[in-house]
Amino acid sequence: MPQIGQLSLDWYLVSQIFWLALVFGAIFLFIGRGMLPKVEATVEARDRKIANDLAAAKAARDASDAIEADWRARVNAARADAQGVVATAKAKAAKDAEKRLAKANSDAEARLASAEAEISQARNSALAEIESVAVEVTQDLVTRLSGAKVNAADAARAVKAGLNV
Amino acid sequence: MAEPGKIDPMYQFEVQPIAHLFDIAGLPVMLTNSAVWMLVTGLALWLFMLGGMKQQLVPGRWQVAVESLTGFISSMLTQNIGPEGRKYTPYVFSLFMFILFANLLGLLPLGLIGISPFTITSHLAFTGILALVSFSIVLVVGFWRHGLHFFSLFVPHGTPLPMIPVIAPIEFVSFMVRPFSLGLRLFVAMTAGHVLLKVLAGFVINASNAGVGYGLTVGLASFVLMVGISALEILVAGIQAYVFALLTSLYINDAENLH
Repeated sequence: MPQIGQLSLDWYLVSQIFWLALVFGAIFLFIGRGMLPKVEATVEARDRKIANDLAAAKAARDASDAIEADWRARVNAARADAQGVVATAKAKAAKDAEKRLAKANSDAEARLASAEAEISQARNSALAEIESVAVEVTQDLVTRLSGAKVNAADAARAVKAGLNV
Repeated sequence: MAEPGKIDPMYQFEVQPIAHLFDIAGLPVMLTNSAVWMLVTGLALWLFMLGGMKQQLVPGRWQVAVESLTGFISSMLTQNIGPEGRKYTPYVFSLFMFILFANLLGLLPLGLIGISPFTITSHLAFTGILALVSFSIVLVVGFWRHGLHFFSLFVPHGTPLPMIPVIAPIEFVSFMVRPFSLGLRLFVAMTAGHVLLKVLAGFVINASNAGVGYGLTVGLASFVLMVGISALEILVAGIQAYVFALLTSLYINDAENLH
C-alpha cells in the first residue's frame, strides 16, 4: 500500500504537507475568505430584497384594505344619510298631504254645511211661500164657492191646520 | 511494483516525484503528481467559484449551483452550531469543496487520453492532516472559549457521580480517536473504491486476453459492474466530503457549546 509504504521516503511527507498547506491555505484565503463572503452577501442581499418587497406588498395591501374599509364606511354612511333624507322627506310629504287633505276636507264640509243651510232656508222660504199662496188660494176659493169673505188670518189658520195634518 | 504486463491496483496510489524544488529542514520538497492534482483541484474550484461571482439579483444556473453549495454549508453550520457557527463557514466550506472536487477529479476517466488521474484524498497523509487541522481548531476554540472548563466535555450531563471515573476515560478516548476516524474514513473510502474499480478493470483486460468466451462472460459482467460502481463512487465522493464537513461542524459544536 503506497500510502503507508511511501511514508518512509524522506521527501513524501514533507512534500505532501507542503503542497497541502500551500493549496489548502490558498483555497481558504482566496475562496473561503475572499469569494464565499461575496456569494453569501449576494444571497443575503437577494433575501433582504425579497423580504422588503414582500413587506412593501403587504403594506400596500394593508393600505388598500384600509382605503376600501374607509370607502365602505363612507358609502354606508352616505347610504344611511340618504335613507334618512328620504324618510324625512317622505314623512314631511305625508304630513303635508295629510294637512292638505284635512284642509280640503274641512273646506268641503263647510261648503256642504252652507249648502245644506241654503237648502233648508230655500225649503223654509218655499214652504212659507206655499202657505201664503195657499192662503190666497183658499180665500179666493172660498169667495168663489160661497161668496163669503174670509179674512186672511182665518184662512191662514185653516191652511196651517190643513197642511200640518 | 508494477512489472510489465501485470496489473497492480495499488500502483495508482503511488506518489511520483516530478522535480526536486528545495529542502525544508534537510528534507527534499518535490513537485509530485499529487501536488499537480492538488493545484488542478484548487484551480477547478476557483473556476467553479468564479462562475458564481456575477452577483446577479436573478441568478443564472451556475450562480445558483455555487449559491446552493454555500447555502448548504452555512445552513449545516447554523443548524449544528447555532448562529455563531457562521464564522466557521469559510473553513468548512473550503474543506468540503476541496475534498469534493479532489474526490470527483480523481474519478475522471482521464486514462482514455493518456493522463492518469491521481486521487489526492486517497492518501492518509492528506486526509490525516486535514483531520488534524479540524481537530486543532476544536481544541483551540474549546480552550479559548471555555478554558479548563472544556474538560467537562468528558463528563456528559447527568452522569451519576460514581460513574464518572468510568465514563470520563471512555469519553476521553472517543474524543482523542476523532482525528483518526475522521482521516481514516475518507482515506479508506476513496482507496477502497479506486482499488475495486482497478481490480474490475483488470478482470476485463485479463478476461479479454484469455479468449472471446471469457471476454464476453467475465469481462462483460465486470464491465457492467464497473459502470455501476463508478456511479456509486460518484455518490461516495459527495457523501465522504459531506461526512467530513458534517463531523467537523459537529466537533466544532462541542467546542463552541460543550454538551
